[in-house]
Amino acid sequence: MSGADDSELARLFRVALEGDERAYGDFLRGTADLIRGWAHRRTVAGLDPEDIVQETLLAIHVKRHTWRRDGPVAPWLYAIARHKLVDALRRQGRHPRVDIGEVEDRIAAEEPEAARDWEIGRALETLTPGQRSVVTAISVEGRTISEAARSLDMNETAVRVALHRGLTAIAKRFGRD
Amino acid sequence: METDDLIKALAADARRSRLSTPAAWSGAVLAAVAVAGIVFFSLLGARPDIVGAAQSFRFLFKFVVTIALAASAFGPLTMLSRPDADARALMARLAIAPALLAAGIIAELTISAPDTWSTKLVGTNSLVCVTFIPLIGIGPLALLLLALRHGAPSQPTLAGAMAGLTAGGVAATFYAAHCTDDSPLFVATWYTIAIAVLTALGALTSRRFVHW
Repeated sequence: MSGADDSELARLFRVALEGDERAYGDFLRGTADLIRGWAHRRTVAGLDPEDIVQETLLAIHVKRHTWRRDGPVAPWLYAIARHKLVDALRRQGRHPRVDIGEVEDRIAAEEPEAARDWEIGRALETLTPGQRSVVTAISVEGRTISEAARSLDMNETAVRVALHRGLTAIAKRFGRD
Repeated sequence: METDDLIKALAADARRSRLSTPAAWSGAVLAAVAVAGIVFFSLLGARPDIVGAAQSFRFLFKFVVTIALAASAFGPLTMLSRPDADARALMARLAIAPALLAAGIIAELTISAPDTWSTKLVGTNSLVCVTFIPLIGIGPLALLLLALRHGAPSQPTLAGAMAGLTAGGVAATFYAAHCTDDSPLFVATWYTIAIAVLTALGALTSRRFVHW
């Protein structure tokens, strides 16, 4: 990544850390692209690179206070991605989810995107019903905080609290059975 | 869930941020020193002749070494709580406390008669020392590991060892006010063993405890 990209990403992140949701979304999308390219070059059979991208984004979110605002952002992002990849490889080594034959079949068949069963779905299932409905409303259904509050008949603060706790719990349980 | 959907949820949570890293460490250190102080004063307390002892260079030198240890281990510890830490430059400072102690030992061996060396090394409090330094340091170690867990260390074992060294330095600083064995020969032997116990404990428990 060039220095200009890093300083743009760092600028977005700094603004995001002040609570700017739009800048944070832009920062996370830029980050996801970076990590996706990085993960595709490093994952092995049986690991979906997109799982690594999602787990890294969650870790970035819950550990964002560990970034030094005056420093570059890319080394920090890649350090988190590396930590999560190593963790995933370790889990994979302990509980292999697929055997080699199955992987070969899958490569041959080229499964469609929509059929993929991502780790995050399993983590989402472990949330309380209240947290899950808030997280789903804002992510999959694309609602804003206030729209989610109206549709779930909650006040906005309660929605924010449930979202925060839900995401923290997902980050903690990601990839753990 | 698609990654773009996940990003929508994360972005909506932008406002709720957690305690900053420097604030977490300041809090942990203040609490660690307070806990060490409370345990020290309730279990041991300062030696009765501390006012007179404070005139002695050997007595004061113990604090120079233990405070240097705590301070030099705390820098790498806080740095290692960030995932992209490169603490190698700071780790060099860990040589300061052992170097000071080595100088103290040379001075002690130079000025004191060889037949007193073994008495000074064995001292009278060795068992108290190796018991109470870990006892005073265990609470501070737990607090420092808690702050480490708030961070995102990518080398948790090394970071845990730094937490143990820092807690050991803090505990030894308090303990030094109690102990009447002031020779660098005693400090180099028994304090080292006691601090090594805390360091090993920090290193061994850290990976599991701080997992993120």
